[in-house]
Amino acid sequence: MTKADIIENIYEKLGLSKKESAELVEMVFDIMKDTLENGEKIKIAGFGNFVVKEKANRRGRNPQTGEEIVISARKILTFKPSQVLKASINTQ
Amino acid sequence: MTKSELVERLATTNGVLTRKESELVVNIVFASIENALKQGDKVEIRGFGSFTVRERGGRQARNPKSGEIVDIPAKKTPFFKTGKDLREKVNDLKQ
Repeated sequence: MTKADIIENIYEKLGLSKKESAELVEMVFDIMKDTLENGEKIKIAGFGNFVVKEKANRRGRNPQTGEEIVISARKILTFKPSQVLKASINTQ
Repeated sequence: MTKSELVERLATTNGVLTRKESELVVNIVFASIENALKQGDKVEIRGFGSFTVRERGGRQARNPKSGEIVDIPAKKTPFFKTGKDLREKVNDLKQ
């Protein structure tokens, strides 16, 4: 499934044009991206939380050469699914 | 940001939709993803990331209270992989 299928669902249920439906879906993800890029978390009840986490420096190894390297501190985005979503995926 | 704040922002950014319609849009977005995952489908959102279902094997564990060994059945869990563009932008905050 891609954005196009979500757009189709909006188009069918809201009676807007395809163009408007596409713009709305784009807007939803743009707002979410903006928020996360600012380091703010997003909590969607019944779906899950998107959280930006800070990772400290750590030692790693180049798997090809075996050489030890330092993996620099970074920020990563994690998704924690809600219990509701997990349960839903496990029921037929 | 909560879901209702996302709804609010969509309504203001868009300027045409009512709050109710804006809420419907947000609900359809997440319900569509959930339905695809339920069918074992992968969801790819360009510029954002992709959602997939991962299978977790069954395992044995211990009830920490009684010490009893219990079987934990295999289950599925949703997994999100951040898209390259968003991953880089989120990390850029730090510098």
